[in-house]
Amino acid sequence: MKPGSVAIVGAAETTEMGVIPDLSVIQLHADAALNTMKDAGLGPKDIDGVATAGESPVAIAHYLGITPTWLDGTAVGGCSFMLHVRHAAAAINEGLCRTVLITHGESGRSRVGAAGRWGSPASLQGQFEGPYGTSGPPSSFTIPVLRYMKEYGLTHEQLAMVAVVQREWAGMNPRASYRDPITVEDVLNSRMIAYPFHLLECCLVTDGGGALILTSADRAKDFPRKPVYIIGTGESSETPMVSQMEDFTTSKAFRVSGKKAFDEAGISHDDVDHLMVYDAFAHLPIYGLEDLGFCKRGEGAQFIWEGNTRPGGKLPLNTNGGGLSYMHSGMYGMYALQESVRQMRGIAPAQVPGAKISIAHGVGGMFAASGTIIMSNERP
Amino acid sequence: MAEHRKPLPHPTPETKDFWDGTKAGELRLQRCNDCTHTYFPPRPFCPECASRSVSSFKASGRGKLYSYVINHRPAPGFEHDAPYAIAVVELDEGPRMMTSMVGVEQTPEALVLDMPVAAVFEPGNEHLNVPKFRPAAGAAR
Ligand SMILES: [Zn+2]
Repeated sequence: MKPGSVAIVGAAETTEMGVIPDLSVIQLHADAALNTMKDAGLGPKDIDGVATAGESPVAIAHYLGITPTWLDGTAVGGCSFMLHVRHAAAAINEGLCRTVLITHGESGRSRVGAAGRWGSPASLQGQFEGPYGTSGPPSSFTIPVLRYMKEYGLTHEQLAMVAVVQREWAGMNPRASYRDPITVEDVLNSRMIAYPFHLLECCLVTDGGGALILTSADRAKDFPRKPVYIIGTGESSETPMVSQMEDFTTSKAFRVSGKKAFDEAGISHDDVDHLMVYDAFAHLPIYGLEDLGFCKRGEGAQFIWEGNTRPGGKLPLNTNGGGLSYMHSGMYGMYALQESVRQMRGIAPAQVPGAKISIAHGVGGMFAASGTIIMSNERP
Repeated sequence: MAEHRKPLPHPTPETKDFWDGTKAGELRLQRCNDCTHTYFPPRPFCPECASRSVSSFKASGRGKLYSYVINHRPAPGFEHDAPYAIAVVELDEGPRMMTSMVGVEQTPEALVLDMPVAAVFEPGNEHLNVPKFRPAAGAAR
């Protein structure tokens, strides 16, 4: 895409966040969509493009009373919404639609109206991973890390520090699920989930939703909110099976998606004021920092350990508290995007002073897919 | 609470040869007849060069422990095994596969990365066995 040609003009999360037993999945989508349309000063008749994952975009459009001329049901896991932003920007520039609504809603904890979780035993994962007792992301997304630890000397303490720093950010966010400070010792003393991962190194399981509205940059200035411009986008995928990653110490999808976005935006790493890296587990920010090129291979954990990503550090990372402390409904990418938008609007609870460029980097599945969105509050 | 049985694979036409191999006590891999690339999981073409001319062969069944977790929250059917390792081995022929480690304590001390391992086959059903791995001679214990 042409950097800055499309902007986010509406962004909001569900009214409640965390445990929402009285809303089903589709109503979580709708609650976020209604808040977002209000944020943008639009109604359903003003929307002509719909994208979502988890639910069908047909179901969302019908439920909200939208007649779309463009639909995107790309569903590659938690980063699907980054891909939707990228696809929407292309569609808007191509004239396929003018105003796109992207929705997310998930009853991750309460499971109200939620679909089943288990795949077919005839799928490749079902045949070649399921028989070994994987029980969801905590016992499979985590498998590469011992290899990383051996290759680069990552310590248990450094891994734990990721969660400690993100809790610092969460402490500044009234909507975060967990806000009390924690120490490395607390993390290492928390219940073992899948060695080497303790409870506090694993994401939360909560209910919630979020939505975005995008339109052309030329129209964006007529909306009530300050536009947040899309200046770089990337996406890629590697493998649906974590056991088949090319290299357990780095994500190919991260590298390809990140490079695409940086090249498109034409920025350097020093230009980035704020970073969101989807943190389903504590190793994700480490891989993200390295695979996006902010740190050399093997140096991401030390970068966090030294305080560079904490409040006041030179690269504020996961400033909402992240999936580890803010919320994680299952497909967290939407919340990373929401926090980037808040930072670019200047209204985040833990606002980074003067931030002009933010990156929201997502993962889908277990290192299966990736999407990267670079935003700015200045049109390039 | 109902007892769950461990999930068993449902072979497809493209993977049947692999699973037939497990019944015969063989770990089978596939190799491209055009570019010699050896790959896993099975499919009737080469993921390196897209050639449909590929052959299945009996692999050594030897490899090394590449990475793992020790899962404390058992999947259905694994309630009596927890905590148990979910491992990835790198085969001597190159490909990696997920597996379980048997004949060894499921602890970080006993499960040492890069230790040599060898395939064993646990009874599955009338169509297939499940390939697992045990420490091989010379393994650090
Ligand atoms: Zn080939």
